[in-house]
Order: sequence, then C-alpha cells, then structure tokens
Amino acid sequence: MTPLDSNDALVRLQDVRFAYGEREILSGVDFSVRRGQVVAIMGGSGCGKTTLLRLIGGQLRASGGTVGVAGQDLASLSTSELYALRRRMGMLFQFGALFTDMSVFDNVAFPLREHTDLPPALVHDLVMMKLNAVGLRGAAKLKPAELSGGMARRVALARAIALDPTLIMYDEPFAGLDPISLGVIGQLIRKLNDALGASTIMVTHDIVESLQIVDYVYFISDGRIVAQGTPHEIRASGDPFVHQFIHAEADGPVPFHYPAAPLADSLIGRSAA
Amino acid sequence: MSRTTLDLWVGFFVVIGMAALLFLAMKVGNVGSSNFDETYHLKAQFDNIGGLKVRAPVKSAGVVVGRVTNIGFDTDSYRAEVTFSLGTGYHFPKDTIATILTSGLLGEQYVGLDAGGDVEMLEGGDVVQMTQSAVVLEKLIGQFMFDKAAETPAN
Amino acid sequence: MTGVLNLVRRLGAGVVEAVWRIGFATRFFMLLLRYSGQSLLRLHLTIREIYFSGVLSLLIIVVSGLFVGMVLGLQGYETLQRYGSSEALGVLVALSLTRELGPVVAALLFASRAGSAVTAEIGLMKTTEQLKAMDMMAVNPLARVVAPRFWGGVISMPLLAALFSAMGVFGGWLIGVVFIGVDEGAFWSQMQAAVDFRFDVLNGVIKSFVFGIAVALIAVFEGYDCTPTAEGVSRAITRTVVSSALAILALDFVLTSFMFRGQS
Repeated sequence: MTPLDSNDALVRLQDVRFAYGEREILSGVDFSVRRGQVVAIMGGSGCGKTTLLRLIGGQLRASGGTVGVAGQDLASLSTSELYALRRRMGMLFQFGALFTDMSVFDNVAFPLREHTDLPPALVHDLVMMKLNAVGLRGAAKLKPAELSGGMARRVALARAIALDPTLIMYDEPFAGLDPISLGVIGQLIRKLNDALGASTIMVTHDIVESLQIVDYVYFISDGRIVAQGTPHEIRASGDPFVHQFIHAEADGPVPFHYPAAPLADSLIGRSAA
Repeated sequence: MSRTTLDLWVGFFVVIGMAALLFLAMKVGNVGSSNFDETYHLKAQFDNIGGLKVRAPVKSAGVVVGRVTNIGFDTDSYRAEVTFSLGTGYHFPKDTIATILTSGLLGEQYVGLDAGGDVEMLEGGDVVQMTQSAVVLEKLIGQFMFDKAAETPAN
Repeated sequence: MTGVLNLVRRLGAGVVEAVWRIGFATRFFMLLLRYSGQSLLRLHLTIREIYFSGVLSLLIIVVSGLFVGMVLGLQGYETLQRYGSSEALGVLVALSLTRELGPVVAALLFASRAGSAVTAEIGLMKTTEQLKAMDMMAVNPLARVVAPRFWGGVISMPLLAALFSAMGVFGGWLIGVVFIGVDEGAFWSQMQAAVDFRFDVLNGVIKSFVFGIAVALIAVFEGYDCTPTAEGVSRAITRTVVSSALAILALDFVLTSFMFRGQS
C-alpha cells in the first residue's frame, strides 16, 4: 500500500524543509495522507513531529518544498483563503486548549457560532450530538477547570469535529492519560474518522495505542523520515531505529549517553574533561 | 454573568461616567457663563496693562459683560492696545472710562468700565478714549518716595 | 575596565531592544486597528470588556478619587488659610483634579487594576494555546480577543477619569465645606469662575483619552507578546504596570506643555 497516490492524497508534503533561524528542524520530508486514512507520525522528543503538524495547519511556513492540503499549496494562500481551508480542519491540541472563560457547551458551540448562521436551537442540538459522540453530554454545563485531563481532551475533540472537518489533527492525544482514557481516546479517534469520512494525522509516541488504530506510520528522526509502513510492516521491521523505538530499548540509533568525553577523563586525577 | 446583566452594568457605568462629566462641565466649570451668543468688539489703549491677560473678564458695576480677546502693542503710540468683546446686550456711552483693576488684594486683573453720560453709544470697532492704566507697585513706591522727598525742602 | 564596557554594551543593547520593541508595538497597533471591525459589529464583545475593565474598576477609582479630593481639601486649606485665601479652596481642588490628578491618577490606577488583568488574561490564553486553537479554528484572535479588550479600555478610561475628578471635588467639598467650614457659596462660585470648561475640563478629558489608548495598547501588547510560560506572563504583567506608568507620566508632560503653554 503505497501512500504516494496523488489522486487520492488529501495532504501532500514534498521535500519540505523548515528551519528556525539557524537550526534546521526538518530537512527534506516527503509525506502524504489519503482520504479516509489514519496516519501516525512518531519519533523521539524534539524531532520535528509537532512542526510537521503546524506546517500542515498553516501555522508555520515552510522554508522549502511544498505543503499541499486538499490540492492547494499553502504557501500561495492569502489569510482569508487559509482561514477558509482551516474551516475544514479540526485540531486537538495537547492539553485541549479549551477556552477557560466559557462552559463546555460554549466551547463546542464556538466554531458553530463563529462560522455558521444556524439558529440557536440547531446549534444546541449539534453541540449535544458532538458531546454525545465523545460521551460528555452530561458535562455540558461544566467549566474547563472542573474537568479532568481526559475529559478536557474529549471536549476539545468534540470541539475539533464541530464543523465535520475533512482533516483532523491530533498533537499527542495520549500524553498523560490513565489507561481507561487511553483506550477511550484511541477508540474515538478511529470511530470518528470513519464516521466522518475524514483523514486523521496523529502525532504521538505512544506505540501500543496508536499501532492498534492507525493505517500507516511515519517515523521521523533528526528532521527526516527514517521509516514508514503499515503497523504490520513496522512491527516486523528490521530497521534499527524502528526496532529501538518499538521495543523501547535504552540504547541504539538514539544513544543513551549525551555526547561527552570518555568517563575516565572526567574522573578526579585527570585533566579537565 | 448573563448578557443582560452585563449590559445593565455597562449601561450604568456609562451613564454615571457621563453624569460625572456633565457635573464637571456644569457645576465645576463654567460652560454657559463665559460665552455670550453675540458680541461686538471695542479697543482701548493703556500706558500700562500690568498683569492683564487674554480671557480676563470685562466688568461694569461688578458684573461680567465681556472678555478680553487680544492684547497688542501700538508701535506708533508706544501704548498697549487691548481688544475686548462685549455682549450685544450691553452698550456704553462714548465717554466711558476703561480702567484696569485688580480683584481682591492679590487677585487677577480685569477691565472695569465706568459708564459716562454721553448720549452717543460706542459701536463695534470703536476705541474707548478715556483709560486708566493698572497700578504698578514700583511706580506707587516711587511716587510715595518722591512725595516724601518733595515734602522736606519745605523745612 | 571590561566591567564598565560590558555595562555600556548591555545598556546599548537594551536601548536598541527598547526601540525595536516600540516599532514592533506600533505595527501591532496598526494591525489592531485593522482588525477592529469585529469589536464594532459584534458590540457585545466590547461591552463585555467594558464591564471587566471599567465597571470592575469603579470601586478603586471612586474610593481613590474621594480620598484624593479629601486630602486636597485638607492640604489646600492648610496652606491657603495662611494667606487668608481659604475661599479659593474650591478653585484649588477643582483645577488640580480636572487638569492633572483626575486623568493621571485614574490612568495609573486603571493600569494597575485593569491593565494588569488584561495582560494576565491574554498571556494565560497564549500560554495554554487557546489563541493558537482559535487561530486553527479560523477565528482571528486579534479580532476576537485582543481588539475588544483594547477598545474596552479606551472607552472606560475617560469615564473613569471624569468619575475620579467628580468624586474628588465632592471629597474636597466634604472636607472643606462640611467639616472645616469654608463658605459654601464662595467654594462653588470661585470654582465656577476659575475653571473653564474648554480649557480645563475638556483638556483633562483629552488627556484621559490619550492615556486610555496608551494603557490599553500596552496591556494587550504585553499580553500578546509575552513568553508563553508562567514566568513569562508574570514578567509581562510587571512590564505592563511599569511601562504604563512611565508612558502616562511622559505623555502627561507632553500634553500639558501643549495645552497649558504659559497660560494661567
């Protein structure tokens, strides 16, 4: 199953480079997502996963290469065109990023109220349906401060799908959750994707949960895609980096020791290391 | 906080803010009193205007009838030329005397008008012929000392 | 020697940074004006901010105005009665308040109470990625969050300054006439004779309007520009209060020298 089918690709990155000042974060990334696919981007901390997500969402501008979403090159879009495109996207931030001065209901209703002219009764019903999909209809009147981490994330998910997006993005959806919430979120990601007929991109380093629900995986290390494949291919991969990651080995292509002189040199009785 | 409560409070806030402004304008400042609807201008020349300033009041019998609008210097007569505006309701005879007086001991200086007995009235643009300058303290002392000195040769 | 050189270098860098920041803030101001359409079309957004900036500052403004007026009454009487001019108390209280104390002190209090609150709010929204989330939902945070808070401050400021001055005059009257016994008629009549609406009251209003723009701009800018950490927000709040105070006093000097040029 090759991902580079240009007719079907909802998101397509070609030779994308991104540098933050002097530091190059991404150097030549080729990446694509087809309609209906759930794709995971994995890698160690600081490897550029979240940057990739930001590039797709248009929050960052690539230094080189093309970022294409729904057939449009993001670099060529004006602000209003970018906003028009974003209305078809939904993004779940790492800690939910709910609006703290509004209730759960108002949070989910926010995109509906801002972008549509629907009457309040219809907005109410839509919000209730979205909250029901994530199982939090009863929490509609609560404030974000009163929610647990898992619940807050589910509300943010309901908000992200309020306008029935064609592309849903998740930034570390599993980080810091208890096992039950992990399972819940994982199931929701898959079910919502299929129910909405959308595509999903998930940035994560949770192996267990994500491999159960995704269709394709990309591994990023040092700003490059080092491995990719279906969950089955990944599990069977002989690539040392993938192997270290999947089996959570302390040492391998990603070294345990931060670069330093040999131990003997830094012990007492020797010249300064 | 429901929207109606919010609006109520904001409305209350704006109302009392405006009321405060109105209070300051009316009770504290003098919005109406300093401006006359229609005015005409007169001029007067003085040897010394002392501390008279533009916008100083012009009073007659203690009542404010106008304001000083301009203070200039006449290079021909070497005297100060004061232009002031009077409300059109106030007319003064041609032999009115304009004096520069001080309100209170250390107060502001103003122009006082003493009406004369002439039948003809001053019109817009006329010059008040009879003027008395401001009392300048140094000249007063000098006068006093001069008078004192003038007394002694009589011995 | 190197220590002094380093100090000079740091000072120079600091000045350059400050100038750069002012330029950045000016561009930010232009953007803010461009995106202010929503604040007008969806008035309830701005009204909400007028409530949080203005209405919630009422208590501190009114109480402070009262106290300042009362102190003016006390100190003023103490000095004036030495020259037998205690009847000019009304003049002293009213002119001090409408020309200077009203706009300046009210603006300083506003910056500390409302300005810091706005900076904290926007800064925290930035730290918890709420602004980014809004941006991703195709809603411009400058238009939706920042501009209403700016205009809320600008509208609240002159009203608060007027309230401060009015309460101050009342406080001066309370102390002077009611407690000390200055003649009530002289108090008000001399005041009305000396305070000119256009010259004193209106100039004071213009001042408070200018201060309002400065304080509101600084508050929203520092919040929007802060480092998105807890420490960054706290530093931004401090900067709001300090920069606002400096700006108010500097602008006060500039405006006063324009308005009250050599006039009595």
